[in-house]
Amino acid sequence: MIRVVLPMHLRTLARVNDEVTLEVNGPVTQRAILDALEARYPVLCGTIRDHVTHERRPFLRFFACEEDWSHELPDALLPSKVATGAEPFLVVGAMAGG
Amino acid sequence: MSGVRLLVGTRKGAFVLTADGKRSKWDVSGPFFGGWEMYHLKGSPADPNRIYASQSSGWFGQLIQRSNDGGKTWEAVGNKFVYDGVPGTHQWYDGTPHPWEFKRVWHLEPSLTDPDTVYAGVEDAALFRTTDGGQNWDEMPGLRGHGSGPQWSPGAGGLGLHTIVLDPTNAKRMFIAISAAGAFRTDDGGTTWRPINKGLRSEQIPNPTAEVGHCVHRIAMHPSQPNVLFMQKHWDIMRTDDAGDSWREVSGNLPTDFGFVIDVHAHEPQTIYVVPIKSDSEHYPMDGQLRVFRSRSGGNEWEALTTGLPQKDCYVNVLRDAMAVDRLDSCGIYFGTTGGQVYGSSDGGDTWAPIVRDLPAVLSVEVQTLS
Repeated sequence: MIRVVLPMHLRTLARVNDEVTLEVNGPVTQRAILDALEARYPVLCGTIRDHVTHERRPFLRFFACEEDWSHELPDALLPSKVATGAEPFLVVGAMAGG
Repeated sequence: MSGVRLLVGTRKGAFVLTADGKRSKWDVSGPFFGGWEMYHLKGSPADPNRIYASQSSGWFGQLIQRSNDGGKTWEAVGNKFVYDGVPGTHQWYDGTPHPWEFKRVWHLEPSLTDPDTVYAGVEDAALFRTTDGGQNWDEMPGLRGHGSGPQWSPGAGGLGLHTIVLDPTNAKRMFIAISAAGAFRTDDGGTTWRPINKGLRSEQIPNPTAEVGHCVHRIAMHPSQPNVLFMQKHWDIMRTDDAGDSWREVSGNLPTDFGFVIDVHAHEPQTIYVVPIKSDSEHYPMDGQLRVFRSRSGGNEWEALTTGLPQKDCYVNVLRDAMAVDRLDSCGIYFGTTGGQVYGSSDGGDTWAPIVRDLPAVLSVEVQTLS
């Protein structure tokens, strides 16, 4: 079971209060997680990655196991702790302020 | 019992303001979609309980929300806006070709007759349409493809298609406006388009009378006179009596003719309203005085309406989609400011009062007249 932590606005859109758990068949990659996430919550299509190119939206980041995976290839294997559910996959909005 | 419902889009959410026909006491609900930029909300003329809203964010992109109960509850519908075919390029700020890139929906215009049909004006400028209540959106490619598209270039606020005006007497005719390309008209339901900018003069472009390139800010029409359009251009108030074939300036005695909003009285087709802004470099009213100007003669002769509006130390702006009129017997006029105030007048502009004072910056105001 994969655990995914979404930023507040996406939790509101998906109408979930806490982290999301997903079944991912096959290798656990960014693409596999996001495919499963969008299949479960179609309202999130286009909000994390582009509808057509599937590129990550510029102001979002992907973190796992205290590392930034945002610039890794979408089919790169994520850490085994994400695959086992020991650690969550985090979708994070880039900081903005000032 | 008659009443009105204001749909207010702000930088940080949407608000619904309701009142009975007296329009003296208002109920404020919201924020809906708190934290999101709500560029525009508009109800269907064919079903007032059906409302569409453009919700966007720099982080999460574009969503479209739909309500079937007058704004009490909402559901996200389709948000896939993909340009038809190979998008091609428009002109970038530096004059080089730049690929068309979807950024956001600026304006939603529901069909006059079908609650499931809506037109969406987007940035980078294009016109989309849904016929299934917002689930699917398809570009109407004739607009970008009519020939001048590669010459269009963005204004400081982006290359946005912000105005969509439907002709109530001719379902095949529609007007749109783009910053900074100008105004366009279709007479065949959107298949083909032509620029309608003859008579406009813009000193900010190399050829001031060019066929395209004008920064049109807003166009308004009275439904009883669909060939008469009023335009707030970057500078200049313009008027056409032949559906855009030719325009003439009617700025007349305005203290400044820069501004964004323009609207027409619900029952007096020659009574129009603008909010003059000091200049393109100083986006606030002149002399710290927030004044609506009214012309009862279709332009040229203008009177300042100030009763109830701040006349000292006021430096807000009123953005292009932030004025609306209701259709009650005594026509109500409403506008919102970048300072978060929404002002209303229930007597055609003679007197004004704030409905709310402290919303986030107001991007759009629409009104539904309820019976």
